[in-house]
Amino acid sequence: MKVVVCTKQTPSTTAVITVDDNGHVSWDDPGGKPNVVNPWDEYGIEEGILLKENHGATDVIALSLGDEDSKDALKTALAMGCTEAILVSDEAFAGSDTLGTARVLAAAINKIGAVQVALFGKQAIDGDTGQTAVQAARKLGWTPLTFVSAVKEISDGRITVERLADDGKETVTAPLPVVISTVKEINEPRYPSFMGIRKANRANIPVWTAADLDVDGAVGSKVDWSHIYAMPPREGAVEIIEADSVDEQARLLADKLFEEKVI
Amino acid sequence: MNSFFIPIIQNLQNGVPTMLDFSLTEEQLSAAKMVKDFGEKEIYPTIKEYDRKQEMSPNALPRMAELGILGINIPVRYGGQGFDYVTLGLVCEELERVDSTLRVVMSVHMGLNSMGVLQWGTEEQKQRFLAPQARGEKYAGFGLTEPGVGSDVAGMASTARRDGDDYIINGEKMWISLATKAHHILWFAKTDPDANPPHKGITAFMVETDMPGVTTGDIHDKLGVRAGSTGWVNCQDVRVPAANRIGEEGEGFKIAMSCLDNGRYTVASGATGLIRASLEASLKYAQERHTFGKPIAQYQLIQQKIAWMQQWYDVARLLYLRSGWMKNQGLRNTRETSIAKWYATDQSFKAAHEAIQVHGAYGYSDEYDVERFLRNSRGAIIYEGTSEIHQLMQAGYAFGWRKDKPLRCELPAYDPDFWQEED
Ligand SMILES: Cc1cc2nc3c(=O)[nH]c(=O)nc-3n(C[C@H](O)[C@H](O)[C@H](O)COP(=O)(O)OP(=O)(O)OC[C@H]3O[C@@H](n4cnc5c(N)ncnc54)[C@H](O)[C@@H]3O)c2cc1C
Repeated sequence: MKVVVCTKQTPSTTAVITVDDNGHVSWDDPGGKPNVVNPWDEYGIEEGILLKENHGATDVIALSLGDEDSKDALKTALAMGCTEAILVSDEAFAGSDTLGTARVLAAAINKIGAVQVALFGKQAIDGDTGQTAVQAARKLGWTPLTFVSAVKEISDGRITVERLADDGKETVTAPLPVVISTVKEINEPRYPSFMGIRKANRANIPVWTAADLDVDGAVGSKVDWSHIYAMPPREGAVEIIEADSVDEQARLLADKLFEEKVI
Repeated sequence: MNSFFIPIIQNLQNGVPTMLDFSLTEEQLSAAKMVKDFGEKEIYPTIKEYDRKQEMSPNALPRMAELGILGINIPVRYGGQGFDYVTLGLVCEELERVDSTLRVVMSVHMGLNSMGVLQWGTEEQKQRFLAPQARGEKYAGFGLTEPGVGSDVAGMASTARRDGDDYIINGEKMWISLATKAHHILWFAKTDPDANPPHKGITAFMVETDMPGVTTGDIHDKLGVRAGSTGWVNCQDVRVPAANRIGEEGEGFKIAMSCLDNGRYTVASGATGLIRASLEASLKYAQERHTFGKPIAQYQLIQQKIAWMQQWYDVARLLYLRSGWMKNQGLRNTRETSIAKWYATDQSFKAAHEAIQVHGAYGYSDEYDVERFLRNSRGAIIYEGTSEIHQLMQAGYAFGWRKDKPLRCELPAYDPDFWQEED
């Protein structure tokens, strides 16, 4: 059984997004932290490795669409235990929206061939849409299993998973192949191992281009970023209510809240 | 981007060309990052609790073993991870940035014991002691100090008397890190109490703490490294097979000193991490805390403290990386490691002291980390050669009174093929 784990390189969790007057977006980290594997993807990567350890997956292939820097994310995936990594990178794909990205990833998954499970994190911490997994499933024509919190069984060409829905957990079974998006309840991602780090840094990561995949990501994008601007700062003021007793403070607070029509 | 200064090495004994190399490899940096993540996620959140309780975090040793940290720079054929000596330094820096007790583990388990076996042990001893230590199945300690002697090693009272194929060891070791946790203790004892000069009568043994006659205990109420384990080990008529003797009879002093070349390297790199921790805490607090209408970062007297800490950090890091580089090359580094250890530990205490000052009264309470940094920094100015001993050494080298003679067994240079081969 071949498993693909889609992952992306994102800014660190402490990066601050800023937009300048020309609409340029930057994601600098005040502490100088480097970009990281999208933290949600770590669960996908871990689950891929667990499918190898517990469910007989033979290949766990990390797949990323991005620039050369995305190789860092792929190296992390290899160091954690993925068996292979592929970078999809082309000028033509720059600025793809989630649909464009999904088309490219689906094409890459088809090119890999005979894949039974494609794993994703539930969303990426930069775009935060959570759409790519479902769109990729649609492009592949596979069943999307979103917000998966446990893989229960894989047998006879079917997979049973537990999904974490808003109103509780549900157990669903679907025929393979499937696309899975993972939530953090699914596992505890491991650290890269030292041996894995060495292997990852020596791995030769192939780069597939638009020509290799016969798709054009940018053209497939439906989102147009015509005007990007900084959010107007929120105005606010702090007022500390002074009074002799807590009761008095509470009464003054309630009055204020009425006055401001908050309650 | 991945670069760091390593200063020119002068007067190399072995005629190896001087070299200036600014780069660290991605492998070295990724390994350090992994250790940093481990420390931040698994140790840092509960460190205050264990520091107060004076107990080791239950995650520390087992997880360091499981993740391979306890064998980071030991060849794969001996159960290790096959990384180089520079990586060991980077790892110690990350560990002590979280808590000194984690680095103390590396100092004794790796620097003072495992690397000693790598350097002086026979192939059989490497398989029997080093491999399980590197795999983290056995923890290792170092027993040199006694209730009556610390700096004056040659004055030790512990004895080992030959009896057939065994030695009978008697004596007490004090201030021993991991005393109650270690399975293997590299024990120094006199096989010839009348030797002249006295240090020629010392021999090294691997004492296994489950041998009959070995007792251990913890020391409580230390100033610092409270989340660590420091104690005593007593040997009463402990029968140790001659096969556990490391090196020849009378070689113990040289072995102890070369173990210290490695232990001090971990202390130096760790103390560098402690300087960084103080600097990072101060940078954060100085931008948050306002006085007289401005963040205190705006005041030049605070900026000066930050500048000092940055200077101490850079110099300490340069010094330990030089030692690590020399170890990789197989160059004797006793002097360079001594100065790295002396400098980094003295400055880590000063950095913690300045960091407390930046934090004002909050720094004086254990609500913030910096008071722990100060307490933890203090011990390293005493162990593995007090600062006074390092000053004597440096002056000795400078005057030319002290010279390092080649050893029967040198620490092997880092050879990636040998280290990484899966045998
Ligand atoms: C937390 C901690 C952990 C430790 N872990 C270990 C361990 O795992 N294994 C181990 O073997 N030991 C360990 N030690 C012991 C440590 O190595 C000794 O404490 C150290 O060597 C100093 O010895 P001492 O305490 O006996 O001081 P002393 O040697 O009695 O020195 C007292 C003072 O005199 C000064 N002094 C001594 N001789 C001279 C001289 N010739 N000239 C000038 N000044 C001098 C010293 O610098 C010091 O200031 C540990 C100590 C601590 C605090």
